[in-house]
This record gives sequence, C-alpha cells and structure tokens, in this order.
Amino acid sequence: MDDNTIICRCEDVTWGEIRKQLDKGYMTLDEIKRITRAGMGPCQGKTCQRVLLHAIARYLNKRVEEIQISTYRPPTKPVPLGVLAGGQDD
Amino acid sequence: MIEKADIVIIGGGVQGCSIAYNLAKRGQKNIVILEKDTVAHGASGRCGAGFRQQFGTEMNCILARDSVKIFEQLSDELEYDIELNQRGYLILAYTEKEVNQFRKNVELERSLDIPASLITPEEAREIVPCLNTEDVLAATYCPTDGNVNPLLTTFAYAEAAQRLGVKLYQFTEVQKIETDKHGIREVLTSRGRILTDTVVNAAGGHAREVGELAGVEIPVYAQRHQILVTEPVEPLWAPMLMSFSRNFYFQQLPHGSILGGYGDPEHEIIGHDTGTSWEFAATMAKKMTSLVPILSNVRMVRQWSGSYTMSPDSQPILGEHPQLERYYMSLGFSGHGFMLAPITGVMMAEYIMEGSTCLPIEKLNITRFERGELILEPSVV
Ligand SMILES: Cc1cc2nc3c(=O)[nH]c(=O)nc-3n(C[C@H](O)[C@H](O)[C@H](O)COP(=O)(O)OP(=O)(O)OC[C@H]3O[C@@H](n4cnc5c(N)ncnc54)[C@H](O)[C@@H]3O)c2cc1C
Ligand code: FES
Repeated sequence: MDDNTIICRCEDVTWGEIRKQLDKGYMTLDEIKRITRAGMGPCQGKTCQRVLLHAIARYLNKRVEEIQISTYRPPTKPVPLGVLAGGQDD
Repeated sequence: MIEKADIVIIGGGVQGCSIAYNLAKRGQKNIVILEKDTVAHGASGRCGAGFRQQFGTEMNCILARDSVKIFEQLSDELEYDIELNQRGYLILAYTEKEVNQFRKNVELERSLDIPASLITPEEAREIVPCLNTEDVLAATYCPTDGNVNPLLTTFAYAEAAQRLGVKLYQFTEVQKIETDKHGIREVLTSRGRILTDTVVNAAGGHAREVGELAGVEIPVYAQRHQILVTEPVEPLWAPMLMSFSRNFYFQQLPHGSILGGYGDPEHEIIGHDTGTSWEFAATMAKKMTSLVPILSNVRMVRQWSGSYTMSPDSQPILGEHPQLERYYMSLGFSGHGFMLAPITGVMMAEYIMEGSTCLPIEKLNITRFERGELILEPSVV
C-alpha cells in the first residue's frame, strides 16, 4: 500500500491523506473520518471501514481493537425522503 | 500531564478551542485545554455550522456580523481550509406576525450594514426555483450568510492553538475543581491534577455539571437536537432554507448532500442522550419534501443528534461567575453557538486578559437572570 492507494472509493480518499492526519496525531476512526470524509460516502463505510481500521492499526502499531471506532452517526439503510414522509406527495 | 497552568479551559469544542487560540494569539502563556473525549466530539462536531446575521436584536446582529467577518478570513488566519461557503440564508415568513417582525429585523440589519432584504415569494423562487412557496407570505434573504465545515473549523482552531503553545489533553475528564477562600486552587482530572487559579467552562452540554464541580450554579441544561443528511445529489439550490413558525432549517452542502433539522423543545429528550428517533426522520422528511418536492426521491443516509445547551433566554452566558473569582464561562449557546465562536473567542480572551472587550459583554453576564434582564431574541429556532 502506498500513498496513492485509494482507501475509500466512495469519497476518493487515498492512504496518503489518511497517513498525513495520523502523523498530525489524530488517532481515532471518528477523527480520521471527519477530516478526510473516508467512510462517509454512499456505502457508509461498508466497503472501506475494515480496510481503514486495519491500515490505521498497522501504522500506529496497535491492535485493531485498540482503535476507537465510531460512536455515533449510525448508518441507516438509505431511504427516500418521500417514503419516510409517508408516501409520495401528490 | 503538566502540573501547573495559568488557564485551564474545560471542553475541546469550538468554544474552548477558539478561546484557547485567541488567548494564545494575544500572548497568554501556559494554557491547557482538557477534553474528556476528542476535539469536536460534542455539539461542535454534530452541528450544521450554518451562520446567519439575520437576528431580531441589535446585539445578536452585531455579534453575528463580526463573527462572519472573522470567518471570511479564518482559513488564511488558521492556515487550514475550513470550507467556508457564503450562499445565503432564505428565511420564510408564513404569518402576518412574522412578516411584521421580519420587516423590523431587516430595517435593523440594514442599519448595521448587514445586506439583508425583505423579498416576495416570487423573488424567493427566483433564488430557489424548486421551492414550493404555498402559504409563504414573504421572505428575508441575506447573501453573505453561509456555512463552514464544523469539524475542520474546530480542528483548525485546536491545531492553531497548539502551534502557539497551548497544550491539549484529550480523553481527560475534569472531575473536580478545588477552591478555597482565595478562589480556584486546582483542577482534578481522570489523569491527574493541575494547579491553576483560572478556569474557563466551555463544556457545552455538560456546562451545568462543570459548574457543580466547582460548587457554582449555572442555570443551563442540555437538550437533544436531531439532524439528518441525504446522499449527495446534483446541485439543486444554494441558500439555507429556514422558517421559525414552520420550524425547520435545511440546505444543500457544497458536495451535494442535503442537511437539516428542526427543534422540538416540547418532546425532545432533556439530558445527554445522543440517540435518534424515527419520528424525527419522518417529520423532517415531510417538511423537506413539502417545501422542495423534488427531494422525494433523494435518500436519507444518516441521522444523528447532539445537545443544545439551553439557558433561560436561549442566549449565551459569557463572563465570570459572581460566586467564584476567575471562573469564566462561555456556554448556553442554544442553537447558535457555532456561528458565534469566532467572535466570542475573541471577547472571552480580551475579557480574561484585559477585563474589557471590543464588543459589550455585560449584557450576557450570568447575573442578568437574577436582575430579570433577559434577552428577548424573537428570531431563534
Ligand atoms: C443538531 C445540531 C445542529 C446545530 N446547528 C447549528 C448551526 O447551524 N449553527 C450554529 O451556530 N450552531 C448550531 N448548533 C449549536 C452548536 O453546535 C453549539 O452551540 C456549539 O457547537 C457549542 O460549542 P461548545 O464548544 O460550547 O460545546 P461542545 O462542542 O459540546 O464542546 C464541549 C466539550 O466539552 C467536553 N466536556 C464536557 N464535560 C467535560 C469534562 N468534565 N471534562 C472535560 N471535557 C468535558 C465535551 O466532551 C465536549 O467536547 C447545533 C447544534 C446541534 C446539536
Ligand atoms: S468506500 Fe468509503 S464510504 Fe464507501
């Protein structure tokens, strides 16, 4: 994996961008997500979260369980607003 | 952890980080920020970070206007792109009472050089072609209102503060503030103690508890406030759409998602709950699709919540606590504490270091509640 490797395809985030934040001292998945948008795309991290977690853990020399994962913003199954609102208006 | 500090700031939200940065910028040394979680884990990282200058009191107009001036050059000042956008706020009036209020607001705003105007529903549709203006009687529009990225802005302040020597301790919870007859003596944390005689309470939703840790009373409480975001879609319209009487705010962000919420003071959970409810998503979806019908097919991808810190008049409490010398507060911002952080950070730094401020701060003192001098701002959600 090098700096140009794309970790999050939805948001087009490379390992280089993530590594830069780790070097600055950010170390939780929340922080990395919030700064780089990795994991915040349409698939809501289903594709990239595991890869991201492992990459962060490896880089910080920690176990995967030691990386703080997201504590809020539960991903929901995407639902059209018209359905949520209770049927298509007119 | 260090053993001694000149100033201990409790809370690594936008308020705490802005105050720390502005103190350090003015030459204050030995500043510490204590954050029980990570920076921006509280309301600052959960909010919409919209900013507007359209208020009904002179004080709020001036605070917001001067905050926007700072926002406009903040990316340069902090050397960090905070993703500032000025795409305006369009505030809709649905009742005669609102129209009258908005007429007064616009007059006040214009007298303060805020470029807001009262416009007709037709003019509103020129700005937002996909808008359903049914029942809309008038609107106000200010093109220099906008939004920033709340996380990046908070991180930008935190990093700039640290470059100026501020020490930030994350995962460090303040558990007690020891005092004696001379004032504050030390702050006890989950990771040790820090000797100091000066504390700033910028603990957001936990501000009341952080008062209790020092034995002082602060009349605020946390109330949950929910928000949702959709998948990104092609550009549909530019400004924030907002109404006080119909109770909503939502806007399309630069990268395409639509973000918004509404206040529900009667039903929302009081306390530190950060869960979400299905009722909120359904109600918000109704509000959005009836105002902008083409949103029906756009999908919500996430919802979350954070705390509003409510004071008796929904206006911030700034200044020193009358019962404890050098115990400062910057809290109780209700739903507009992000937009004010650039200016309140400056004011708090001036107040702590010099005792006087560029803009009047006395009106926001905590003693206003005892004096019965509440600030009556008609234009808040
Ligand atoms: C859904 C939602 C939408 C909003 N939309 C907007 C908007 O569009 N525009 C706007 O201007 N405002 C908005 N707001 C309001 C805005 O988010 C807040 O007013 C602002 O972020 C408050 O910042 P703060 O730094 O005071 O608090 P917070 O960001 O909550 O920071 C307080 C910090 O203190 C820490 N803390 C608490 N207790 C302790 C302790 N004992 N020891 C150590 N640390 C502690 C917390 O962990 C937290 O990180 C919104 C709020 C919500 C919830
Ligand atoms: S791949 Fe990262 S959010 Fe979809």
